[in-house]
Amino acid sequence: MTLIDETAPAVIHSPQAKNEPAAATSISIAGALNAALRDALAEDPNVVVFGEDVGPLGGVFRITDALNAEFGENRVWDSPLAESGIVGTAIGMAMYGLRPVIEMQFDAFAYPAFEQITSHLAKMRNRTKGRVTLPIVIRIPYAGGIGGVEHHSDSSEAYYTHTPGLTVVTPSNPADAYSMLREAIRSDDPVIFLEPKSRYWAKDTVSLPVETPPMNRAVVLREGTDVTLLAYGPTVKTALHAAELGAAEGLSIEVVDLRSLSPFDDETVGASVRKTSRAAIMHEAAQFGGYGAEVAARVTERQFFHLAAPVLRITGFDIPFPSPKLEEHYLPTAERVLAALDTWEW
Amino acid sequence: MARSFGRLGPSVATLPRTIARALAVPEHCFMSDDVVVPPLPTTKPIRLIAETGRAVKGAQTAGFAMPSVETLLGLYRQMVLARRFDAQVTALTRQGRLATYPSALGQEACEIAAVASLAPNDWLFPTYRDTIALLTRGVSPVEILSFFRGDWHTGFDPHAHHISPQSTPLATQALHAVGLATAAKLKHDDVVALTFLGDGSTSEGDAHEAFNFASVWQSPTVFVIQNNQYAISVPFSKQSHARTLADRAIGYGMPGYFVDGNDVAAMYAVITAAVERARSGGGPTMIEGLTYRMEAHTNSDDPTRYREKGEVAEWQGRDPVDRLEKYLTAAGALTDDVRGSIAADAEVLAAATRGAMNETPVLDPLELFDHVYSAERPALLEQRAFLAHELAQTEQTLTEMAGRA
Repeated sequence: MTLIDETAPAVIHSPQAKNEPAAATSISIAGALNAALRDALAEDPNVVVFGEDVGPLGGVFRITDALNAEFGENRVWDSPLAESGIVGTAIGMAMYGLRPVIEMQFDAFAYPAFEQITSHLAKMRNRTKGRVTLPIVIRIPYAGGIGGVEHHSDSSEAYYTHTPGLTVVTPSNPADAYSMLREAIRSDDPVIFLEPKSRYWAKDTVSLPVETPPMNRAVVLREGTDVTLLAYGPTVKTALHAAELGAAEGLSIEVVDLRSLSPFDDETVGASVRKTSRAAIMHEAAQFGGYGAEVAARVTERQFFHLAAPVLRITGFDIPFPSPKLEEHYLPTAERVLAALDTWEW
Repeated sequence: MARSFGRLGPSVATLPRTIARALAVPEHCFMSDDVVVPPLPTTKPIRLIAETGRAVKGAQTAGFAMPSVETLLGLYRQMVLARRFDAQVTALTRQGRLATYPSALGQEACEIAAVASLAPNDWLFPTYRDTIALLTRGVSPVEILSFFRGDWHTGFDPHAHHISPQSTPLATQALHAVGLATAAKLKHDDVVALTFLGDGSTSEGDAHEAFNFASVWQSPTVFVIQNNQYAISVPFSKQSHARTLADRAIGYGMPGYFVDGNDVAAMYAVITAAVERARSGGGPTMIEGLTYRMEAHTNSDDPTRYREKGEVAEWQGRDPVDRLEKYLTAAGALTDDVRGSIAADAEVLAAATRGAMNETPVLDPLELFDHVYSAERPALLEQRAFLAHELAQTEQTLTEMAGRA
């Protein structure tokens, strides 16, 4: 087994991008991510995709489906099964001008790469005074909701958002999945690209290629006047559902999709909170020391005199992610959101 | 039956004779039609110059030829300069001019041989102990020592010198070397990556992953393990139960060489062959140089707590510079004039290093915010402004106090 196909053209000679706009079509997040990878590979000869099972199989979630056949072993290939090795070699490749897009098969399987990510990927630009940039995207399917067994459902975002030097984003819909992944691949900084695996098959009508707002901005998905409900990734759909249920009860909930976890869009969130005077943050991850704690603190520090009530967190419990048969009791639901909002004095 | 090593490896017959001899594998080692496994390295290290300074003959050379006297003289010069620099930096550290310095005293043969084996476009991936390798590759003392004297960044431009920042985390840089070499291969560039590792760091998982990735991808990478026998205080016997570290190579399907790491001639011959082999598409090589860390781990370490004076004295007798000096003197290449001229150059280097390090660097704390991301972040700008305000206040207070005084 060898990586290099000597008969294939060098990486520098690759097919040109095919950027003609297509007709609007129904596409899933998985399909949009696949399209983004295909277009990025076609547009930039320095983009390479590698990881576990991303070759002929197309990844366990099929995000890299057919890319190996289309672009060949020198652009899209299966690596040995070792996450630190995948991230570490991607760092070396990026030092030589490639733009690796690598896959960690599942959230919890990325932990062996933690040292490479925190000690090298995140710090290389700083420690070389900006001389060495690492344009690497680490795609991580994360969070629960698919009946995964142990180690297949972690929400690991706070480990990455707590690390200076990383950009951490997570799309919640097919259009963002396409646009944000393209932007992440174009970014000169390393991006942790968290893919909500329970939402992989959620479809929308999208005309590709699509460009949505910049990936460092939050977006108001549904306007409201009574409360700002902040969500991201897998919880956005639940937040929108809660807003619908709330509307039936006369509660006007504004839903903000954060999209970018690091940096945090203080401007968009602040504007919304100043309008509604109340804020709640949702996530699947455990509550203690979770991303919601940072959001609650920031919103409180910056918008205290606009707030009518303390910022609420609707999150997972402080326990390991439960087994498939019990995850429904762990995952935040729309009903749980409304119950939490009921604890405020109105 | 001559067979290449790995599917895409060069035919042994196409390599220069010395290299071919070194890489030739007996037929009984074939495991299948496709995979050729080299024989286990010998437990007696490959050696070309004995401790007495005399040329070694026979099996212990493993077929490697003695480098020319001109080459060895060049290596000698670099070793002497490096040793003087190392001693100067150790002294400056004791005087408090540097925050810390891990000395490579005694390991000059490994360090200099590796650097000398590389072409300008090849990349070097050093650890914190390999500062003299950076010096030998042409990085200026000020740039090299920026980091150790307490600045926040690697002082040199990695792209200008083809040297990655010195890695403090262990074995992590080996994966970067494999990745860079693989990228070069993907671009059909003629570039080899060489990474240093220590005996301790071979216990890290990243070392294993680097060896394996390099071999699976047939990446043009050379692993130079400097077995200096101590990981801070922990002796080699507590790191590995293998006969030699080079033995591990066989498990990865790559050639491994166990070499006298205090014999620069042997290190140079073996590393040069490995670099050429990598460059010609033959894949990675693992080389273990058996050497000894003569100094403490860093200035904050106390080696008397874990090793006997007698052991250090024994290794002093195997000194890499003395050995080469004896050989070159006997060969008539190292006259008193040449020796004196090299020593004078070393003093000039030491003086320049002293001068540079005695100047107190001016660091701007606000610069700490400037290179974390390529794009500006509002939250970071806020924190930068906070620190700027604090600095201005301090400045004002000092000015006021000076005024009162």
